[in-house]
Amino acid sequence: MTPQQEAAAVVDAVLADLPRNRGVVVDSPPGAGKSTLVVRAAGHIAETGEPLMIVAQTNEQVDDLVERLATEHPDLTVGRLSASGYVTPGRVLALPNVSVAGKLPDLGDPAVVIATADKWAWIGDRTWPWAIVDEAYQMRSDKLLRIASLFERSLFVGDPGQLDPFSIVDGERWAGLSWDPVQSAVSVLLRHNPDLPVHRLPVSWRLPASAAPVVSEAFYPFTGFRAGTEHGDRSLELTVNGMRTSYDRALEEAAASGWALYELPSRHTVRTDAEAVQAVAVLAVRLLQRAPVAHSERGSHRVTADRIAIGAAHRDQVAAIRAAGVPEEITVDTANRLQGREYDVTIVLHPLSGRRDATAFHLESGRLCVLASRHRHACVVVARAGIPELLDAHPSAEPVQLGVPVKFPDGWEANQAVLAHLSKHRVAAH
Amino acid sequence: MSALTALAQLRAIRDGIAQPITTVRHCHLAPHPMVFIPLRLAGEAAAPMGAMVGTDPGHPRLLVVPQPRNRDLRFAFTAELAEVVLPYIEGFGKTTETIEKKGGEPYERCLDAPQILVPNPQAVTFVGLLGRSTRFRRVDGPYPVHPSVPLLGRWLTYFADRSQHPGSSLLLTATEALGAHWATGQSGLEDANLAALLGWIDPPEGMTGPGAAEEAEDPLLWPPAGPATDPGFDNEVLGPAVRAYEEAPTERAVERVAQALRTQLEPTWRLMWRSVELLRALPEGARVKDRWDVDRGSFTRFLERVTEGGPPQARRDGAVGAAARLAGLERARASYDVQRAYDDPLVMAEYRLTGEAFAGTVTAADPEHTEGEGRSRKLRPLITVRTEDQVRLTPGATVGSPDRRGHAAEIVEVVDGEVTLKITKGMGRGRTPSPGSVPEPGERVTYTSLTDDFQSSAALPDPELTPWTHGGPPQEYVPSDEDAQEEWS
Amino acid sequence: MNGRLDELRGPVPSHPHDARAIAALAANPGCARRALLDAAGVDKDRTARHVGFPAPFGQSQFAITRGNVFEALVKENGCAELLRLLRELLGLPVSEVGYQDVENVGAHLRHSHTRALIDRAARESEETAVFYDHPLFSLEIAGHTSYLEPDVVAFQLGGRFHIVEIKSFGVIDGQAEPQKVAGAARQAAVYVLALRTLLAELGHDPERVSHDVVLVCPENFANRPTATLVDVRKQLAVLRRQLARMTRVDRLLEGIPEGLTFDLAPDRDGVPTRSAQELAEALCQVPARYAPDCLSTCDMCMFCRDEARGNGSTDLLGRQVRDELGGVSGMAEALGLAEGTLEPAEGQEEVARLLRTANLLREECLR
Repeated sequence: MTPQQEAAAVVDAVLADLPRNRGVVVDSPPGAGKSTLVVRAAGHIAETGEPLMIVAQTNEQVDDLVERLATEHPDLTVGRLSASGYVTPGRVLALPNVSVAGKLPDLGDPAVVIATADKWAWIGDRTWPWAIVDEAYQMRSDKLLRIASLFERSLFVGDPGQLDPFSIVDGERWAGLSWDPVQSAVSVLLRHNPDLPVHRLPVSWRLPASAAPVVSEAFYPFTGFRAGTEHGDRSLELTVNGMRTSYDRALEEAAASGWALYELPSRHTVRTDAEAVQAVAVLAVRLLQRAPVAHSERGSHRVTADRIAIGAAHRDQVAAIRAAGVPEEITVDTANRLQGREYDVTIVLHPLSGRRDATAFHLESGRLCVLASRHRHACVVVARAGIPELLDAHPSAEPVQLGVPVKFPDGWEANQAVLAHLSKHRVAAH
Repeated sequence: MSALTALAQLRAIRDGIAQPITTVRHCHLAPHPMVFIPLRLAGEAAAPMGAMVGTDPGHPRLLVVPQPRNRDLRFAFTAELAEVVLPYIEGFGKTTETIEKKGGEPYERCLDAPQILVPNPQAVTFVGLLGRSTRFRRVDGPYPVHPSVPLLGRWLTYFADRSQHPGSSLLLTATEALGAHWATGQSGLEDANLAALLGWIDPPEGMTGPGAAEEAEDPLLWPPAGPATDPGFDNEVLGPAVRAYEEAPTERAVERVAQALRTQLEPTWRLMWRSVELLRALPEGARVKDRWDVDRGSFTRFLERVTEGGPPQARRDGAVGAAARLAGLERARASYDVQRAYDDPLVMAEYRLTGEAFAGTVTAADPEHTEGEGRSRKLRPLITVRTEDQVRLTPGATVGSPDRRGHAAEIVEVVDGEVTLKITKGMGRGRTPSPGSVPEPGERVTYTSLTDDFQSSAALPDPELTPWTHGGPPQEYVPSDEDAQEEWS
Repeated sequence: MNGRLDELRGPVPSHPHDARAIAALAANPGCARRALLDAAGVDKDRTARHVGFPAPFGQSQFAITRGNVFEALVKENGCAELLRLLRELLGLPVSEVGYQDVENVGAHLRHSHTRALIDRAARESEETAVFYDHPLFSLEIAGHTSYLEPDVVAFQLGGRFHIVEIKSFGVIDGQAEPQKVAGAARQAAVYVLALRTLLAELGHDPERVSHDVVLVCPENFANRPTATLVDVRKQLAVLRRQLARMTRVDRLLEGIPEGLTFDLAPDRDGVPTRSAQELAEALCQVPARYAPDCLSTCDMCMFCRDEARGNGSTDLLGRQVRDELGGVSGMAEALGLAEGTLEPAEGQEEVARLLRTANLLREECLR
């Protein structure tokens, strides 16, 4: 089967399962066509004439969905519910078949209503025959509890490899409970309804052939996926010549192979390691100067600043990178907030760079997974040397709670796997 | 852990004494708290061995279980503990005040609430487990207990649960309360030893902090603060005393066990009251009272529930109960973090260090600046603040200030140590700002993105309407005979 | 390599690693001192005592009694109670069970007897369930064979094996102390690995040993046992990693001086012949990586803590503080940077700025 056929078969199976089950879960690795599936399923449900509610987690996600849905189904009426303080972006206002309001009655009677989970929690007095819950693995189960009575049956779509939801308080009290409120919506759903069908999208359309196997093996060890494109289908061309500096060589390595590890000398540093922050910023600026052009199955285009993202683990690192003079149009954000986004090229400050010890936060596999799987063409990782030694010395004394399923992959192993691959694309800073 | 605390720890080592990490006290301290030091039988989850309890430093009450594997003796211990604890708790139910609630019925709230102090977090766990093992017991049936036993169980459960609530002071641990106000020259792990921690904070005459802490690690000089006992003591003193009681359960044998336990408890008893003195000497933070008000409200509601004969707390939270509790805890956590920073410049300094707050002097003010035209014209005073702090706030960010309640502003611009702010709240309703609501040039101000401005969370379904995604409606919890007869080995 | 390790240990037999010691290998893998002592089979407890820094690990007779009583209760009548629990937990259709106490054959034969029994069980895939009590397993640790004498039981049915770990900490309303469960899981993983190794040696599929171990603990406040499955795949992965690491100690050996030894050879009265001073000096030749967590995991902890104090190392305050100080390892150095009495070395400018700011803020607020 071609990747297209393979993916289409899964989508067909999902749609066929929908009317037969109260819930259907679809696991979608990075860039595997999750939004396409949501839009397709929405159209499919809308055809039956029955109303549909769609739940996403953030306002950006809602707006993205509104835009795609309204564009791809111009005959469909779409209502966007919003909380006070939300400013409707121009791209949504421009859509003729979309209405925006803070209250349900003010929307008219659209075929599809979309809102964040938080907003849905305030809507009562009505039930929808159908729901689609997007990014369901990033949704905390207590949020699902607040909205689950709004729908009769639902499609749950999400990426199990990304960051788990979290809480600022200790959730140990609920460990092992099937309805643990700090677990993801999907894990709670499946613990209570183990017979629900779980499908898996098998092809990543985003990740290039250079990245899909790496990400698949490191973060989806038991449920692999493949790239939708071949090695020759994508390339990144730097149209302005370089000067053989280490920055240029790192960018050239990334353009040629899809990956680069820009390695600074080993040193323990504070979190906002000025040298590493500087390197990240210079790489971004230099990348734009090299006038990159991306060639892919969709044709060729100039990689502009808005197609580039910089990812880091902490907010203060993000602020420091921003302050280091990165062009405004380049996205700079934490892994948490980069979830679900897609760019041509990403530059990543490695979460373990410059550290002497790793904490569970820094080792969390979902964090690295998000950072290493946002790109269509290339990913440049900036890190200080010494991460292998840090991993080697990492003590292992994680507490174990009874009745809590073990989660894979292990952060340590995933970090090790990614690092092993990156070491083949190492460019030392001089 | 912040660089500020790390620095305080380094100074503690150099100066040989603990260093303050706050300028005020962030927990409520009752005029007459009850100190409770439980000891547990080694190898058991919650078998009490003995305890020291009371509200008068000079008159501790020693409770002893001469043979902790004997069920009857354990229940006798619990009943005796109830005799001390319940009158203390119930005493606070007698005087109440009426609270007017915006848009709701007025309600009654106790004027004051009980406060229990235990040495460390392990003691809180023990309090919870002792509550768990007694709250389902019955006064009739196969293993009847005194009516005070299940009642005490419910109260202990309540206190243990409440102690997880950030900012609550109903049940405090000495190590955490002290550790929140002083940094020592040892690790957090070592700070868990109350004697060592106090050694750093308040070394005896002629000793240094590290010297006192080192001495405190010798269990012969400073017995552990419980609930775990020193294995050496168990093997050499307590073991033989308990065996003697087994052979001949006489008054003398009981006294021998009691005497042994007294040697282990008395030093900690003194440390507990010394902790109270040290904490009491700190000035109280401005918002501590607000949080104690919340504690009083919570206490009053539970007291009503107990009085009305509600069932004991379930073994574990149901789906809806868990989500509700989580929302409450998260709210309290966020609010506590904000309040501590607003009450205490040294806590705020941590946010200044990370760029989430800044302090400086107002260099210019335009108090009558407005935005918009006609009817939508709004008063938006502008001020400029000169700061040495490294500001990591971006234009558009909403900030609050500890200097003025109800005051809010928006960052307009940050250029070279000059921050321009637009004041959006707290100027009154007039066309010009009410007096004092806009900082004037020369005034020292602090602003932070940390604000106590939370969205309340949406309602949860009734437990009996728990949706299918979360297991459907739970079976109603009825305390069963099995709960009541649960074995106690 | 082994010659060098033997030299380090001196003319005393290698201290056997029990499962607890093997499980603890992962507690601080970055510590070269510990890695070498372990690899050479040096008795760390005796070493620490001899240099005057005994570890504060004691066990109460009450806890020991409780553990023994509980274990006896679970195993009584040929593990009848255990069978009941396993029937419920694994949904086994068994009403009867065989019981083999390997201890009966005498110590010297236990290992070969265990092998023979396991081989037979795997070969015949016996339909009757069998408990193997007191089996004796072995595991290679850095070239030395360590024998493991679990008080655990291996259970097999139809050629599939489960490790049963009996612990006396309580499971209350379905939950137990996470640190204790973790400890039990790490130990059980050692037995799973040992049993898998044995099966592989015997030519059977090692995967016949389940990665789900059965943890048996007292339920709530009683003596009545309850059983829970614990997935030890992660612990197994960590253990494999650490054992592989142990074979690479040659890297550590490269850096140590010729002739160095931690010899504890006793005289006729059992007193080590070397002076404590000399031994302590030898120990200090191999760098330790002290962290406060060592205080609950390593016999050498008090010695290393004292050394870290002497060096004024920021390790004393914990890993988190150390990272907060941006890798500055000396306390005086960090303070000097903060107070501006010390010029930052190259690469320290940033942490110096941070500490300096922190110091100014502290002074401003405490004025």
